[in-house]
Amino acid sequence: MYKRPNLYTSYESETQILPTWTQKALMAFFIIQLFLLPFSIPVLNDDIPGLSWLPLIGDGIPLFRFLGDGEWIRASTKVLMLIVAAHGLNLLSGVAGQVSLGHAFFMGVGACTATYLGSASGSTTWGHSLPIWVWLPGAGIAAALIGIFVSPVAVKLRGLYLAIVTLGLVFLGIHLGNTSWGAKIAGPPALGRKAPELDIRLWKEEDPLINMSDDGRWLWFDIAEEGKRYLLYLVLAIGFTLLAKNLIRTRTGRAWQAIRDRDIAAEVMGIAEFRYKVQAFAISSFFAGVAGALFVGLSGQTLATDFGLFLSVEFIAILLIGGAGTTSGAIVGAFLIYMMPQFVEEATKWLSDQESGVTGVVGDTILTEGDDLGFINTSTVTPGWTLSVFDWNIVLFGVLIIVFLIFEPLGMYGIWVKIRNYWKRWPFSY
Amino acid sequence: MTDPILEVEDITLRFGGVTAIRNVAFHVNPGELFSIIGPNGAGKTSIFNTISQVYRPQEGDIRWKGSSIMGTRPDNVAALGIARTFQNIELFPQMTVVDNLLTGRHVRMTQSWFDGMIWRGKAKAEEMANRRRVEDIIDFLEIQEWRKHPVALLPYGFQKRVELGRALAMEPELLLLDEPVAGMNLEETEDMARFILDIRRELGISMIMVEHDMGLVMDIADRIMVLDFGEKIAEGTPEEVQKDPNVIAAYLGSSDVHAD
Ligand SMILES: Nc1ncnc2c1ncn2[C@@H]1O[C@H](COP(=O)(O)OP(=O)(O)OP(=O)(O)O)[C@@H](O)[C@H]1O
Ligand SMILES: [Mg+2]
Repeated sequence: MYKRPNLYTSYESETQILPTWTQKALMAFFIIQLFLLPFSIPVLNDDIPGLSWLPLIGDGIPLFRFLGDGEWIRASTKVLMLIVAAHGLNLLSGVAGQVSLGHAFFMGVGACTATYLGSASGSTTWGHSLPIWVWLPGAGIAAALIGIFVSPVAVKLRGLYLAIVTLGLVFLGIHLGNTSWGAKIAGPPALGRKAPELDIRLWKEEDPLINMSDDGRWLWFDIAEEGKRYLLYLVLAIGFTLLAKNLIRTRTGRAWQAIRDRDIAAEVMGIAEFRYKVQAFAISSFFAGVAGALFVGLSGQTLATDFGLFLSVEFIAILLIGGAGTTSGAIVGAFLIYMMPQFVEEATKWLSDQESGVTGVVGDTILTEGDDLGFINTSTVTPGWTLSVFDWNIVLFGVLIIVFLIFEPLGMYGIWVKIRNYWKRWPFSY
Repeated sequence: MTDPILEVEDITLRFGGVTAIRNVAFHVNPGELFSIIGPNGAGKTSIFNTISQVYRPQEGDIRWKGSSIMGTRPDNVAALGIARTFQNIELFPQMTVVDNLLTGRHVRMTQSWFDGMIWRGKAKAEEMANRRRVEDIIDFLEIQEWRKHPVALLPYGFQKRVELGRALAMEPELLLLDEPVAGMNLEETEDMARFILDIRRELGISMIMVEHDMGLVMDIADRIMVLDFGEKIAEGTPEEVQKDPNVIAAYLGSSDVHAD
């Protein structure tokens, strides 16, 4: 079998996350781009004088023009939040093998804790107006504690039973959110419930150290409120990615994988199964709690119904499609699962605007306003027998899960490994 | 005469109505290669499972260096210095060879999840040091070329070696080998026998070996215990056991014997 020579000079260089200089440089370049995205930098986002005749480059660099745009920056921010949560579920289900449908519940716990600690109190609501450095870790710790609390039951269960019991947590959470106590923490903004503010304060002083809630100017460039939030979430997503990666590649991560692969052998090798399963639940819930806090920080409202079964299933899909057990899988999965529907929607819009030419014909054929034949119903008023873009996205979602489960259980990660191995061996086909 | 490292005293293990082990007693001396043989279903694997406390015998006592280990959790038994390989390979199939061996180092490492998560100081140094130990084992077992492969992709014979390596990585004082050469061809068997002898000579680890290959057992074991239907029918040096009338009766017509 063909194999790249091991040219490492020490185990230290071998255990690095990105072993080669090319990989390091590419990653640095990519991350710098991600940080530049929200800034309004003329050459990147706007007209480049004298080059406007170039179809793509003329209005700035495409990536910045699209993703740096208000609506897309919001979508990117949501992906960053999902990545933090996906790492959490990946540690528990992908690495330690404990399939949980309760991830949305732990996110909800984090969301409520963040709101309770960080939002203002009112006549119908509880709150302490504490700064972000209290409510964000607080959300994680509260979720972790509840994770530890339920884990003795969960640890005794396996496979389907565990999935069903954790599913029960989700319904319990929504029920609790609807009680009178729950309503004092979670509720619609119309009833005076606001999500905690992201402003960075030392304590409760008037002027924040870093203002996150108004448009402003950072360094030399204009940046909108949304851009600021994006940057905060980007830093957190990178941080949590590193934490997850480190856990997986060290003693704790190996113990989890051993329990996932063969629990009895793991015990006979000296791994305390109970302790490591509880740890997996706690750490996974911590990630979920922080992500839940980020969720409400982005949506601006704390609603129990946001943390329902669909969100839990979304995370299972993220792991399946990205590749369970790998950090990169959690990232790619979160990106695909959230961005795919957005792209489908954009593409449909673009297609329906086309009047002539090939794209116009294609648009005429597959789109419908509900009165003629076509696959996608773009009308908001006439409900035809065809499905809307939204419905189609749910169908696509389901089809993708099934296709990946059957054909590529390792997800996008598996596909990537296959492509990489193919190129490594090329031109030999074995 | 030194004290035995392991003493098993009249243990009885029942599964419902089935008695897998009945009143079996034996001991292992430091540095000794003790072998357990017997026909299929005689209770050999069950004895290993009682030593590692995966099964709890209903009667009797098991003592490690003089103190009872009855009721100890399997992971704590491992931490005492008892390592084991399995009859049907029980490697962690999705992990690489290196990671499987590093998992064997688990009991010899002390970093907490937090150390590992932030990859600082202690955890980093510990990972490097243990990686070096694992590399020694890889060299010893001559599995360098498989290092980075998930073990599920390895040929059977190499999987058996990795499993031996994983047990060695624990730096045990007692090694339990359950049919280390089962399903191997002559060449692979010879390699494995060489590894076992090297382990004894260079590392001085005591061993209990369950094996159906009589040639191998008679060649390398110091003492042998013979089981039949969960009962001990003979114990002694290879010569003594081979001459024992009970043993000859038990094995008569049994296809398990390929004694030379
Ligand atoms: N978990 C269990 N539940 C019920 N019966 C069991 C269990 N484990 C072992 N037994 C029974 O105990 C007896 C001894 O089994 P054991 O596996 O120890 O035999 P063995 O000597 O290792 O045989 P082999 O040479 O085939 O490996 C058998 O009758 C077996 O059916
Ligand atoms: Mg057996």
